[in-house]
Amino acid sequence: MQFLLLIYDAEANFSNMSPEEVGAMYQEYGKFTQEITAAGKHRAGGQLKPISSASTVRVRNGKRVVTDGPFAETKEQLGGYYLVEAADLDDAIAMAGKIPSARTGSIEVRPLWVREARADSAKG
Amino acid sequence: MDFEKLHREESGRMLSTLIGLLGDFDLAEEMLQEAYATAMQKWPAAGVPANPRAWLVSTARNKAIDRLRRDRRFDTKRDEIARHTGFVSQAGDDSTDKMFPDDRLRLIFTCCHPALPTEAQVALTLQTVSGVTTEEISRAFLVPLATMSQRLVRAKRKIREAGIPYRVPSEEDLPARLEAVLLVVYLIFNEGYLASSGDALIRRELCAEAIRLGRVLCQLLPRQTEAQALLGLMLLHDSRRDARVGGDGELILLEEQNRDLWHWEQIREGTRLTESALRSGAAGAYAVQASIAALHANAKTPKEPDWRQIAGLYDILLRDNPSPVIEVNRAVAVAMGRSLEEGLALLDDLEKRGELGEFHLLPAARADVLRRLGRATEAADAYRQALALATNDVERRFLGRMLAKLES
Repeated sequence: MQFLLLIYDAEANFSNMSPEEVGAMYQEYGKFTQEITAAGKHRAGGQLKPISSASTVRVRNGKRVVTDGPFAETKEQLGGYYLVEAADLDDAIAMAGKIPSARTGSIEVRPLWVREARADSAKG
Repeated sequence: MDFEKLHREESGRMLSTLIGLLGDFDLAEEMLQEAYATAMQKWPAAGVPANPRAWLVSTARNKAIDRLRRDRRFDTKRDEIARHTGFVSQAGDDSTDKMFPDDRLRLIFTCCHPALPTEAQVALTLQTVSGVTTEEISRAFLVPLATMSQRLVRAKRKIREAGIPYRVPSEEDLPARLEAVLLVVYLIFNEGYLASSGDALIRRELCAEAIRLGRVLCQLLPRQTEAQALLGLMLLHDSRRDARVGGDGELILLEEQNRDLWHWEQIREGTRLTESALRSGAAGAYAVQASIAALHANAKTPKEPDWRQIAGLYDILLRDNPSPVIEVNRAVAVAMGRSLEEGLALLDDLEKRGELGEFHLLPAARADVLRRLGRATEAADAYRQALALATNDVERRFLGRMLAKLES
């Protein structure tokens, strides 16, 4: 199964870190990425620029509307993701628990639809 | 053939085997139902097979293969099941249990997966592992049937869609996952033991079911001492079931209970389990609570359990799980073991902190200590306060009776 591991953390935490701390964190992320790559579980991943760089697009009545934002008042923001291959939820949870930001923020674990699962759910 | 009894006692094992074979909760349940229907037709004439469980599992599995054969979308899945069940052709050899190893542990860990809401874990465990019907579960938890059905459907869908595995967790995850399982079992027990209302028979059944689950866990995980301790704790509480509520449904204080009504065989077994869990060294919360229950059950006279030791055990519990509710219990033990005044001071302090605003047991405990101190007016006030907060009918009657005694 494929799972998207969505990394949420307070951007403020990040901007308050010293250069040494930022370096240490990147190193830790690098190690984690290497680990899951070596295990053949890494499919994709990346770090997002701060939420201030985001734009939101909607099409309403055939008209495209672009706004700055989102401005949802949340403590934690989506800051990055991994797309991983995992045997099952427990395997994905084990990986999520090793992401450095899990200690300060939180990781949302979301399975992706796969063809077989879609057939299963159509049946049920 | 008593099908209801067979279902109650064996459905957990049969269903767990079938889910293991078929990899699908719904399909396994449906096929087991169909196998029951076939059995009801055949057994009266042909006689009950030597091993009804193996017969039903084989029949359900064959029905599943037929079903999947008809349904062309599932070609790969059908082949997979057929491969896993290479013994399909040896249907005559179904008298042995070795064919179907006990898979209940996998089922229990799946039902109690932390990705499911706790209330769904409880309902799912009762339905699949214990074979309790959805209707009985809804009645036991005072939830409308439609709500309970929906809860179970959602939980099964989540198991499928989220990829919740059907397996026993890794060594590394086992302690935390077992904790969740034990909590579910204890919640089932407490719903039966403490439930505020509802059918007494169903509540009794819930306690028995929780104890049965506790036994399964001890049997399948013999080295997990917290599972032993939980079973011990439940047995010790349950041993007083016939003595703690009187003929009119009123609650009877521990010290006033008729000890001839206690189930001594259960007390002996519970005490034995507790001692063995304690001997293993690292005593967890269930072992400590079980020890407290064992001290009460084994006291030489009803009024004189070893209150000092009980207070000490509450100290240990508090150290690991700070909780104002446990502090109330500890204060009572201090009042009984050391001095009433000292216990009262602790309760007064808890009241000032206000963390237990709506919890009736705090004023009830204060009322009891004040009564013992002979401060009747204050005790009556505290009983009134407790009465205003208590929702459980049995407890309300008890508090009302105590208040009436003081007022007369």
